[in-house]
Order: sequence, then structure tokens, then C-alpha cells
Amino acid sequence: MELHNVWFVLIAVLWIGYFFLEGFDFGVGVLTKLLARDRTEKRVLINTIGPVWDGNEVWLLTAGGATFAAFPEWYATLFSGFYLPLLIILICLIVRGVAFEYRAKRPEENWQRNWEQAIFWTSLIPAVLWGVAFGNIVRGVKIDAEMEYVGTFGDLLNPYAILGGLVTLALFTFHGAVFAALKTVGDIRARSQALALKLGLVTAVLALGFLLWTQADKGDAWSLAAMLVAVVALVGAIGAIKVGREGWSFALSGITIAAAVAMLFLTLFPNVMPSSLDPAWSLTVTNASSSPYTLKIMTWCAAIATPLVLLYQGWTYWVFRKRIGTQHIAADAAH
Amino acid sequence: MDLALAPETLARWQFGITTVYHFLFVPLTISLAALTAGLQTAWVRTEKEKYLKATKFWGKLFLINIAMGVVTGIVQEFQFGMNWSDYSRFVGDIFGAPLAFEALIAFFFESTFIGLWIFGWDKLPKKIHLACIWMVSIGTILSAYFILAANSWMQHPVGYKINAERGRAELTDFWLVLTQNTALTQFFHTMTAAFLVGGAFMVGISAFHLARKKHVPVMRTSLRLGLITLIIAGLGTAISGDLLGKVMFKQQPMKMAAAEALWDGEAPAPFSIFAYGDVEKGHNKVAIEIPGLLSFLANDDFSSYVPGINDVNKAEQEQFGPGDYRPNIPVAYWGFRWMIGFGMASLAIGVVGLWLTRKKFLLSPGMRTGEDEVPNLVLFKSKALNPRLTTWYWIIALWTMAFPLIANSWGWIFTEMGRQPWVVYGVLRTRDAVSPGVSQGEVLASMITFTLVYAALAVIEVKLLVKYIKAGPPELTEADLNPPTKIGGDDRDADRPMAFSY
Repeated sequence: MELHNVWFVLIAVLWIGYFFLEGFDFGVGVLTKLLARDRTEKRVLINTIGPVWDGNEVWLLTAGGATFAAFPEWYATLFSGFYLPLLIILICLIVRGVAFEYRAKRPEENWQRNWEQAIFWTSLIPAVLWGVAFGNIVRGVKIDAEMEYVGTFGDLLNPYAILGGLVTLALFTFHGAVFAALKTVGDIRARSQALALKLGLVTAVLALGFLLWTQADKGDAWSLAAMLVAVVALVGAIGAIKVGREGWSFALSGITIAAAVAMLFLTLFPNVMPSSLDPAWSLTVTNASSSPYTLKIMTWCAAIATPLVLLYQGWTYWVFRKRIGTQHIAADAAH
Repeated sequence: MDLALAPETLARWQFGITTVYHFLFVPLTISLAALTAGLQTAWVRTEKEKYLKATKFWGKLFLINIAMGVVTGIVQEFQFGMNWSDYSRFVGDIFGAPLAFEALIAFFFESTFIGLWIFGWDKLPKKIHLACIWMVSIGTILSAYFILAANSWMQHPVGYKINAERGRAELTDFWLVLTQNTALTQFFHTMTAAFLVGGAFMVGISAFHLARKKHVPVMRTSLRLGLITLIIAGLGTAISGDLLGKVMFKQQPMKMAAAEALWDGEAPAPFSIFAYGDVEKGHNKVAIEIPGLLSFLANDDFSSYVPGINDVNKAEQEQFGPGDYRPNIPVAYWGFRWMIGFGMASLAIGVVGLWLTRKKFLLSPGMRTGEDEVPNLVLFKSKALNPRLTTWYWIIALWTMAFPLIANSWGWIFTEMGRQPWVVYGVLRTRDAVSPGVSQGEVLASMITFTLVYAALAVIEVKLLVKYIKAGPPELTEADLNPPTKIGGDDRDADRPMAFSY
């Protein structure tokens, strides 16, 4: 396989990793409003992702950096073209990171409530916008012969992309609810399960619509296979949470995300960003990619670093494998 | 279009604002990670409680600070694509690689282990927990190295060829990009300057508490550690600065001539102490100089020739075509001076402080009321003068906290603005690097948004820091002194509250 194809796959893998991991911490952030009955429960939820959200977010930074290095034209067109949505995402990620770190640093209820509001909104908005962004990439946007995006912000808000945004929001929230059920004990665990079941059904309806639309528009045999995997895994995840098998459910909701993202990338290939103005102006794995030499160096780096990253990030999840509940939140700090 | 609001100008302002802001947190993060790791190592080896208290105290300030460093860093990575898409297209093949390396090798390291360190106090055995903060420290330093290698390539492009067909620069020797002398000296200089920030931070805060005779054992240890850091880092900054200066005289003569307001080449060339000039006419109206020193700084030889601004401008016009190749000279000139002045002032305060806190200056045994008496710093025959001079030192020490930050900021402004009108020296002009498809309104919106959000966060961050600085080191609990022996935590009491939670 040629190196630019390898890097197309690797960038898909980085996005899968990002949505798999930050997907559930976005979901848990949204759940702080949907699920928690009181402040202590909110803190339980926040602390289920406390040790890991930062590491999860690096998958995005790596996807961004790898795109810059492996497909500079793609990076340039995408981030200058989707300027305002990206700006909103960046602001959300800034506020979100600070919110996690600063929320418990002062005892005043007002202070903490404000940061809790921030956690909810800054988890929800990017969860939607990433879906909108990917919906647009797959659908194709107005790219001219110079590889510049010439559409407007309004062009990005089309029905297909908006449906994509709702799908990512629902899917991440479902994924987060399953994660919360997996990581907690007591009453909140039972309610996470019940909520996950409902969210799963909503997700199934939305996701099926979006994936079928994608398949009808752009699909081939490969994308159909990925779609089937996504659908079967989602049904499995819902079934598993219904019978209380949280671990299985989480693995399956993760597979749903992985297969759905894989499907989007499969429909793209060999384009990386199709032009809706003229197919000849589309960015492809060949006209957007770096030189073979750069790709070779990057491949070596990825081949050595990625297994290590998976190893120590996996270890983190092992260290913090114990479930937590309201009893684990110190009373004196539970303001 | 009004030039003041042209997308290029706005994009440059945005880059400047976000970068200088980001770089207020980065050096403190780098140095505090290592200093905290050092203190925790001291605790693990000696089991002295003051080291654990110090670890927790400085560790908390470190965490408040790194949160800002991390989130403002995200913007940096995406800004290239947003505002500088033609730059990204032209240099992505080269510039993207160290950035991707940074993410894959350094960011993952740093962010994963910081989670383990924050939440791991009751989940990890002592030594493994200690290893985590060292991993964080290594991560921050690696990250700085890769980003400085990328920046150095913009200062002095090497290991590339121009591919005319694709209209871009392509990498030919990555190893050279990572190891060229610009990258190595810049890394050396930036690292030492970072430790200057951390040292001054420790000195200032320790002085604050010692002046009030609070938390004396912890703060006295911290003060000495801070002072030693300040001195070593200060000397390192001076040495590396000299090396970097020599490298730049060769690679970017325009930048150094501008830094010295040296309009016309001279042999020997003088070092400028103060200058006030006429940029249009290209000469100084007032100049106070030390003869020959600039020649020495540039070439290790007091009589050598150093080219001036007008000479380099002419040479570059011949090489690259008509145009003005001079950077903003007052900014370069004064930026260079603020950098050196504030940096060296920090070093001087460190030297004085270390001398003043020698054992001799501890109160004599008869005057002491406890083991941990605050040093009187100055012992003159006049007893009335001693406390007053001591107070003065505490006040100056507190102000020192700001000095290296000012020096750092001006250092970066000088480095980046001194390279103009080039974004990649001699290869790509800044005006050719901006995103052509991004409108004035979009850049303006994002610049205003970032500025406002950053300003709000700055207020919040400083208030939090002040709160935790004033609170001082925490009291230790039973759990702190008896860390778990098993990975994942002990089963002694499964329902015990977590040692740390958000």
C-alpha cells in the first residue's frame, strides 16, 4: 500500500480513537445535566472521566498535527474553510479544560455552578459540531480550483450535516451513559443504565437515518459492510445495557463509533475533501499529501509511538478501574 | 482596504496575542513540573514531611498553571490552518512533521501522566507516583524541543528543497531540521529561560510567606531551591543567549543589526546602550555605545566587521528583488534590551539572595525562639537597619516573579518580529502566508473572541493562584503519609473518599 493511503487510514484511526475516547467524556459532560440529581452526583460523574479526559483530547491534537504533516492541503482547506465552527470548538475546548481543573478549586456554590454549566455546554456544542463538520466533509463543500473553500458559514448548515451533528450528540451521550454505568456504583449506576437504554433507542433511529442517507448517496460494498457492523454493534450495545452487561455494552458502543467513522472515511476515499463545485477540484489522498520522504518519517514515528501510547493510556484505565459512587466524594469538599 | 485592519495585520495580531499569552504559562509549566518532581523525589528519599508539603503546595500551583498552558496550546496548533493556510500549504511537508511528533511523543505523555499524578495519590505506590511527575516533566521538555525545532526552521530553513511543480517546500533531511545549531541553541536558551521563570516564581512566593514568618520550614527550603534555580538558569540563559546571538549574526544579520540599531556596517562595531533614531532616514539621532563590544558578541573578536541594517537591506534587495526588508526597528531594538535587562536582573537578584541567606545570616541561637526561625538576611552592626533591609529584599523578591516573564515575552516578540517581513527567513514572506479565503470579519471575530476569553481566564487564573499562594502548604493527612502499596489502590477501605477529586 502506498504511504499516502497508509496515512489516510492512520488519520481515520486517529479520528476513531478521538471519537471513541472523547466521545464518552463529552457524553458524561452532557449527562451532568440529564442524569445527576444533586451536586454530589454531578461530581461523581465528572470524576469518572477526571483522570482520562485530558489524554483523550490529545487524540484530536494528534489528528490535527498528523493531518498538517501528512496532508497539508487538507489541513489548510479544512481549518481555514470551516473557520467559525472551528473557532467555536476551540473556545469550547479551552473553557472545558479550565472548567474541569478549576471547578473544585473554590468552595463557593456560585463558582462551582458556573463551571458545571460550562462543562455541560462545552461538552454538548463540540459533540454536535464535529458531526456537522464530518457531515460536510463527506457531502462535499464548495472548493475551487485553488483548493480554497469558497462557501459560507450558512452553507455548512445543511440538513444532512445537521443530522450528522444530532447523530454524534446522541451517540456520544449514549456512549457516555454506558460509560457512567460502567464506572459507578449505587443508585446513579442504575439510573445511568435506564437512561442509556432510552438514549440508545434515540441514537438508533437518528444513526440509522444518517447512515442510510450516506450509503444511498455515496456508498459502496465496503461502506455497506461498515454500516452493518455499526448497526449490529449499536443494537448489541442497547441489548447489553438492558441486561446489565455494561462492559460489553461499552465495547459495542465503541465499535459503533469506530464502524460509523470508518464508514465515513470509506465513502470519502480516495478523496479527503470532495468539491461540490467540480469533482476535478476535490482534494484527494494524492494531491493533498506530503512528499514520500515526510510520510516515511512519520510512518516510523507512528509505528514506534502508537503502541506505546496505547499501552500507557490503557494502563491509566487499569489504574482507575474501580467504580466510584457518592461515598467516594469527600464530604468536606462536596460543596 | 484599510491596512490597519487588513486580514494579514489582524492575523499577525492574533498570532502575537495568542502566542505571547500561551508563553506566559509554558515556561512556568516546564520549570515547575521539574521542580515539583525534584521536591517529590526529595520526599521519597528522605521522608521529610516538609518536602511532601512543598510538593503538594507547588504541585497545586503547577496544576492551576498547566491547565491554562494546555488549553491555550490547542489554539496554537489549529491557528496555522485557520489564519495561515497558504503558509500551511507551503511548508506543511516540513513544519507539520515536528508538530505531529510533538503530539504523538510529547502531548500524549504529558497529558496521560498528569492525570495519573493528579488522581494517583491514593492509587499508586509512592515510587510509581513519583515516576508519573517525572514523565510529565519529560513530556513538557520534549514538547518544547519539537516546537522549537519547528520554529528554528522558520528562522533558518535547512534540509529542504523547493518543489516548483507543487509550489511548496519539501523536506529532504529531517535529522538536520531536528539537530541544526539554531534548533539546539534556541532549545538551550528557551529551557534555561523557562527555569528562570520557575526559580523567580518560587523565590517570590517563598519570600511572601517568609516575610510574614509563615510556613517557615517549607518556604525556606523552597526559597533556597528557587534561588539556586535562578542562578543556574540565569547563567545558562546568558551563555545560551550569547551562543544564539552568534548563530543569528550569521543566519539573520538583519535581525541583529536591528537589535543594535546599527544602521551602517562598522569594524569594529560598538554595542548600543541607548539609541534613538530616524527610521525613514536610516540613522540614529542619539547613541550611547560601548566600542567594539558588538564585534565581540558577533564574532568573538573586538575588531571584526558587523554589517548594518542598510547594508543587509541592500543585499537582500539584490537577492530577492525590490522591497523593504527591514523589520520594525524600534520593536527589535527595545525588545532585545527588555529581554536582556529583565533576564539579567533576575539573575542578579538570585545571586544577592543566595548570598544573603547563607547560614551566617540565620538569627544567632540566643535570639531564636524556634528551630525554624526566618533568616534575618542582613546582619549589620546597626540592629535597626537589619529588619528594614530584609523587608526590602522580600519586596524585591516578590517583584522578581514578573521579571523573567517580561524577558521571555520580549524575547519572543524580538525573535518573531525581527524576522519580518519573512515568515520563513528568505523563503516565504508573511504577506504570502495568510489564508486567502478567510475574511476580515472572520479574523476580527476570532481575534476579539480569543482576546476576551483569554482576558477573562487571566483574571480567574491569577485570582486562583493568589488564593492558593496565600493559603500556603496544606496540612498532611494520614492518607498522605501512608501511600498505597498496590497499583489501583489498597482494599483497606473500599468506601474511603478519594484523595483527590474534581
